[in-house]
Amino acid sequence: MSQAKPQKVKWVKPPKLGLLEQMYFPTVISGMATTLKHMVGTLTGTGDKNIQVQSYPEERPTLPPHYRGVHRLNRDPEGRAKCVACYMCSTACPAHCIDIVAAPSPWPDREKYPETFVIDELRCIYCGMCEQACPVDAIELTTIFDLTGMSREEMMFDKEKLLSVFDKTVAAGTDPVRTQPGRLGVASLPAGAGLTGSSSAQS
Amino acid sequence: MDWNALIPLLVTLITIAVILGGVLGGVAYLTLLERKVSAWVQDRYGPNRVGFDFGQSWLWFLRKAWGLGQPLADGVKFLLKEDVIPGHVDKVFYLLAPMIAMGTALFAMGVVSIGDTPAPPALVMSKPIAGQEKSGINVLTFPTSIEDVKRLERSGELKGYVDQNEAYQKRWKFSINPGADIGFLFIFAVGSLAVYGIVLGGWSSNNKYSLLGSLRSSAQMISYEIPMGLSIVGVLILVGSLNLERIVDWQARNGWLAFYQPTALLLFLTAIFAECNRLPFDLPECEQELVGGYHTEYSAMKFAMFFLGEYTHMITTSFLTVALFLGGWHLPGLEAFLGADSYIALAAKLGLFMAKVGGVVMLFMMIRWTILRFKFNQLMNLAWKGMMPLGVLSLLGSMVVGQFGLSPWLLLPWSLAILLLVTGLGAFLPAEDTKVHFKVTRGRAPSASGVVVRRPAGAEAV
Repeated sequence: MSQAKPQKVKWVKPPKLGLLEQMYFPTVISGMATTLKHMVGTLTGTGDKNIQVQSYPEERPTLPPHYRGVHRLNRDPEGRAKCVACYMCSTACPAHCIDIVAAPSPWPDREKYPETFVIDELRCIYCGMCEQACPVDAIELTTIFDLTGMSREEMMFDKEKLLSVFDKTVAAGTDPVRTQPGRLGVASLPAGAGLTGSSSAQS
Repeated sequence: MDWNALIPLLVTLITIAVILGGVLGGVAYLTLLERKVSAWVQDRYGPNRVGFDFGQSWLWFLRKAWGLGQPLADGVKFLLKEDVIPGHVDKVFYLLAPMIAMGTALFAMGVVSIGDTPAPPALVMSKPIAGQEKSGINVLTFPTSIEDVKRLERSGELKGYVDQNEAYQKRWKFSINPGADIGFLFIFAVGSLAVYGIVLGGWSSNNKYSLLGSLRSSAQMISYEIPMGLSIVGVLILVGSLNLERIVDWQARNGWLAFYQPTALLLFLTAIFAECNRLPFDLPECEQELVGGYHTEYSAMKFAMFFLGEYTHMITTSFLTVALFLGGWHLPGLEAFLGADSYIALAAKLGLFMAKVGGVVMLFMMIRWTILRFKFNQLMNLAWKGMMPLGVLSLLGSMVVGQFGLSPWLLLPWSLAILLLVTGLGAFLPAEDTKVHFKVTRGRAPSASGVVVRRPAGAEAV
């Protein structure tokens, strides 16, 4: 244990006990009164304002928007996955839980797109480094925290499932805040814009 | 073969099954109540999820059920968990300890009555018994054979005992062993054995924390036996019997002993808190210092048996408190209103007894969340310097009243006076070393290690 410096030590006298406190039992009774007050308050409901417990499945917590829960794969305005299959997230991932197979993009505004995009949610440590690494803001961590499944296979989230998480959170109005500072990469721009201003869009 | 002779045996077996089943069921629900009460006191809801629907949708009306299914779930968990016996333990004692802990707690229920149990008739002779002509004692107290009783009855020395006994035998008795004259001695003897469960558990675990816990427990339980005994001897002197039914019967006729001897009640309550290892006396198993104390190395059902033993002990001692001080099944006016022997009266008495026991159990639980745990020196100080003198003084009052046949109401002012005297005396005793102060580092008091540091001569206290 580190010893505090002498000048930082503050010496406090314990309070002097009065006669009633020395007799012990009066203080025990007053303590019992406090205990009883809280118990009666909880039982009769008059102390409900004291209760800090959330009855979880019925009452759901409102988590801060920067909470790092289940991933989502963002859609661009046209409804396609924003992802450009650059492998930045899977490279950054310390748990190696992101598996991407890239393919030539069928659209003219980007070179590649992910043919498959699988995140092993059981392996993920929810550090958020994929979110920070993504140049186009395609992958984000949402406030969904109660992820459950009956099998390991079920917890391998593929592209469709990750996109459905996006739809779900957009519908619920729980969009995460953007953690990416500065401007985004070329592919995040609206279709067509990226081709003309590709050099200036890089921050 | 005389089948009629088997009926009492059958009745006893059924009573044992009902009472033990009731106690164990009660224990299971006490664990739930404990969690509920702790939650209520701490502004929480407590366990309220497990019901009896077993995942079946057609049992929707049994879902949740205020968490009443929790003890069942706990029990299933305890039974199905892996039962680990660590390699470094002394197997024989390791296995024996939980059995002792639970067995002794259950044994004591053998003589405790749970409802209306009439006092067995006394062997009152028409003239003082041989050798006691001077003192005029005319009650035969030693065990007397049936033949002797019949002979005495024929000779006219003993009047009406056989009739009374017949009436007594016919009445309902809510006890496994009704009319046990050694009642209290038995409870004391068996209750003291409970310390073996804890000591053996801690020692055989071959683990320093367990050993420390069990050492503390042995010192604690032995120390607190003494004030407990002293508080009860006063009661026994007033009543003149160790028989629990007679004690309740005396209270029904003369008023509850709690009114005559509140100090003895206080001493007894404090002592049973220590005997049950409940807060504020839970040093044998304090989680913060000793992991789990004596049951650290136990798992699954063996741990559960320690746990059950502890709660059974709590129920037994609550029954004792009610029987000794709170009048048992008695409530003024109850018998006048409902009669002594009707079924309604029996049910009312049973319910009343249970309600009183429930009240004592609630007190146990409220105290747990009210008073902090004592330090070991405080624990010993309280027993030897506080409760022992109080117990002796309380006993002194009972002895004077009993010897000179005074009104027991004289004991009430005496009881309160000695309580005030002994507790108030503390204020005039020299205080502990006032130069010792708690060390405050970065706003935390006392220091993290719990060590009280002596203030250096130069430093100024605020």
